[in-house]
Amino acid sequence: MTAQLAPRIVRPRWLTLPLMIGFGLILFWLLATVAAPWMTSYAPLDMVGRRLQPPSWDHLLGTDALGRDVLSRTLHGARHSIPIAVTVVFFAVSIGALLGALAGFIGGIVDTIIMRLVDVTLSFPPMLLAMAVAASLGPGLENAAIAMIIVWWPIYARLMRAQVLEVREREHVEAAVASGATQTRVLTHHVLPLCWTPVLISATMDLGQVILLAASLSFIGLGATPPTPEWGSMISDGASQFYSWWVALGPGLAILTIVLGFNFIGDGLHDYFDPRSK
Amino acid sequence: MTRYILRRLIAMPFLVLGIVTLAFLLTTVTKGDPLTAIVSDRQMNNPEVVAAAKAKWGLDRSLPERYAIYVGNLFQGDMGTSFITRRPVAQDVLHRLPATMELVIAAMIVGATIGISLGVLAAYFHNTAIDHASRLFALFGSSVPVFWLGLALLYVFSVQWGVLPGPGRLDARAVAPPTVTGFMTIDTLLAGEFRLFLDAVWHLILPAFVLGWAVAGTISRLVRANMLEILSREFILTARAKGAGEFRVVVGHALRNTMVPTLTVIGYSFAYLLTGAVLTETIFSWPGMGSYAVDAARGLDFPAIIGVTIVGGVVFLLTNLLTDIAYVVANPRVRLG
Amino acid sequence: MNAHTPLFEVRDLRVAFGRNGVFSEAVRGVSLHVDHGEVLGIVGESGSGKSVGMLAALGLQPEGAKVTGSVRFKGQELIGLPRRSLRELRGSRIAMIFQDPLSSLNPVMTVGDQIAEAVRLHNPDFSRKAALDRARDLLALVTIPQPDRRLRQYPHEFSGGMRQRVMIAMAVANDPDLLIADEPTTALDVTVQAQIMDVLADLQSRLKLGLILITHDLGVLAGHADRVAVVYAGQVVEQAVVDDLFARPGHPYTRGLIASIPDMTRESERLFSIDGTPPALGRLPPGCAFNPRCHMAQDICRREAPPASLESGHIVSCHFAFTGLESVA
Repeated sequence: MTAQLAPRIVRPRWLTLPLMIGFGLILFWLLATVAAPWMTSYAPLDMVGRRLQPPSWDHLLGTDALGRDVLSRTLHGARHSIPIAVTVVFFAVSIGALLGALAGFIGGIVDTIIMRLVDVTLSFPPMLLAMAVAASLGPGLENAAIAMIIVWWPIYARLMRAQVLEVREREHVEAAVASGATQTRVLTHHVLPLCWTPVLISATMDLGQVILLAASLSFIGLGATPPTPEWGSMISDGASQFYSWWVALGPGLAILTIVLGFNFIGDGLHDYFDPRSK
Repeated sequence: MTRYILRRLIAMPFLVLGIVTLAFLLTTVTKGDPLTAIVSDRQMNNPEVVAAAKAKWGLDRSLPERYAIYVGNLFQGDMGTSFITRRPVAQDVLHRLPATMELVIAAMIVGATIGISLGVLAAYFHNTAIDHASRLFALFGSSVPVFWLGLALLYVFSVQWGVLPGPGRLDARAVAPPTVTGFMTIDTLLAGEFRLFLDAVWHLILPAFVLGWAVAGTISRLVRANMLEILSREFILTARAKGAGEFRVVVGHALRNTMVPTLTVIGYSFAYLLTGAVLTETIFSWPGMGSYAVDAARGLDFPAIIGVTIVGGVVFLLTNLLTDIAYVVANPRVRLG
Repeated sequence: MNAHTPLFEVRDLRVAFGRNGVFSEAVRGVSLHVDHGEVLGIVGESGSGKSVGMLAALGLQPEGAKVTGSVRFKGQELIGLPRRSLRELRGSRIAMIFQDPLSSLNPVMTVGDQIAEAVRLHNPDFSRKAALDRARDLLALVTIPQPDRRLRQYPHEFSGGMRQRVMIAMAVANDPDLLIADEPTTALDVTVQAQIMDVLADLQSRLKLGLILITHDLGVLAGHADRVAVVYAGQVVEQAVVDDLFARPGHPYTRGLIASIPDMTRESERLFSIDGTPPALGRLPPGCAFNPRCHMAQDICRREAPPASLESGHIVSCHFAFTGLESVA
């Protein structure tokens, strides 16, 4: 009875179940990024209990080898992973889009040089290249971030170049050129504004993959350094405490759910833009 | 067709040179003192070693000259000496490449089998529970970090249930067969040790699944989309009108039509597998290039890092080339048109 | 089996598609029959349910369609027959060819393999070699030159007419009793259409095939069919021996179809076509389904579905069957 009387929440047509799950997961981790200190009763770096306690009411995800609360560290991990991922994608998009736009707009030798660089960079398995660069720069999250930008920018360069090549053929651009606008003005006012959408969508979707790569680098000791509560290095701690399974459980689930969130959104958008595959 | 393949083959050396150049630049320019990339910390106090290294790699010369020397040495198969193993890097890498290839190929087989089966089922029963379950499986596979999944599955299947073996390529008590190909499954068979062969396969299951899951997801999504399209084509009706059974219609006619894009995505998934192998090998103590690269990165063993990166890039390039050639060969219309 | 059992008999066949629990009929009680060696033409506009009905009769209806009624082949009921038994009939006793010979052939299999498959599906003891030999003979039968070489080629290396010959070769691979040809010439050039019809007619008389020729072009049937059934909105509105149908078309829809046959002798003249379009699935008008497009429609046509009237083997469902015939002729 009550169910019938309750007002029904109307869900817009575009908001499919995969998108809702995706947004829900991302929203949770964004909340953790902002409010982790208020969501937990322990500080992430404090030794708050006995070492390697299995999950209990006091410590929902147990404690690690130094007696730190795993749940608290896991939630605080979002404060490292998410800003790093956003930074990496921001710079990768900026560099990639700039070079890609120049390659597409100017063409000729500039295009050749930039695109050969893109081809060669994309010829490496991403993880190996990121490892090599990160190792050369030395450990630390900042250096890992630089390594990831070097690995990631060519993807956006390729995308942006393709966009620019397509948009510059449109009539309004030709009209602007004919009416005597300068090259720079044509590029910034008539071409670029129309190129951003696919690049930004792709960049958003890539946040999950960047989080995954950053955690991988930290896992092998090339990213975050102890005692930073970073998920990858927490799982590395868990690997050395193999029989205390709970140490790696929290950070593992954290990576899984946040990447899953981005992938759900990507999948949902794919359905939305390509209804044939439904 | 031959012209296309020829063009690709001609471009290969240039791309390889590009890979070498980029790897050289990224790893030497970023470092303040190039000496640290060639001589390990322990050897720094030994003036003989330092002098020999400076002479061999031309460290007192300009960057272009050093680059030329590096490429020259590389041409003679010399990538320097590993700080950790103290053996030539080229030798180490060659020694460890087969283990990685064995794991990657096993993962590819697992991933392709699961991915194709799920994709076909999802398309045939589309918008049913089977379809949704396969979509979830695919999404989880591309979201789960392999290094964590490896740990979790080892803990559950090996420690808790004891149904699958722990890390390594063979049982710790087993005596490995003489190395011929470097592929444990082949070497055990060549040695006539069938029990060891089974043990090697047994040890491959978990790492191959861990590595293959994500690929299985990608493949299943692609196969599903293609199968949905093909199953609505008229020749499927023709096959049914001929009296073909559903299995024959789906596998013999529909799936066969999706083989070209499927093979292509399997080929390109190699990049992911190589990336994932780095981490899977560390979890499963797999003596391949991946664990070598991780040890090198952790120990700041630069000659080894550069060597592995170059070899990884070249392997990646070759598989992509093979995939493209296979695409041309497998597609009757491209082949004859 | 007594002497009066027809080769293939359809009675009150209904095919309904469900959407959101509401079923609408695309085929609304069709009854037909074909005898050994007889050619039945089924004519109607696209979307009239003629293809859907014949496919459903052989268990090839789209997913989610509900099929009721009776379909008998040599006295055996096909509706409700296990899928396996239906499969054994399809391609061996009953064969089909389709409209577009390009999309009807598997693009990644050689033509020889596709014909050989049809042979081996129903003759499992045939070797691959024997099946390919048979395929070559079949290609020769449908007058494809150089069958040995053609056997190893892919469909895209064939012209449209050649592809349709391949489809016909595949269909007659197991000497069927009944061949259902669904718009076999529609996708082809006019010049090729006649050749394909000749191949079909030749095989039909040589192999004593029962042939169901589905088409939207009544002109195709003039020289080839023994009897014709005119289908509109999922029902047979007129059925008669071909000469009788052309001489005395009883239904206004049939007259429209006859008037729209392109006349080769007066090429420049604009083609006649019936105004309007057939009703969409589930949007049937009350009364006679044809009334919104019929120039003879009266009040009764908008109120009551017309009964079928039989006159010396000529069946018509129209309130005003045969009226005004003199003025048309």
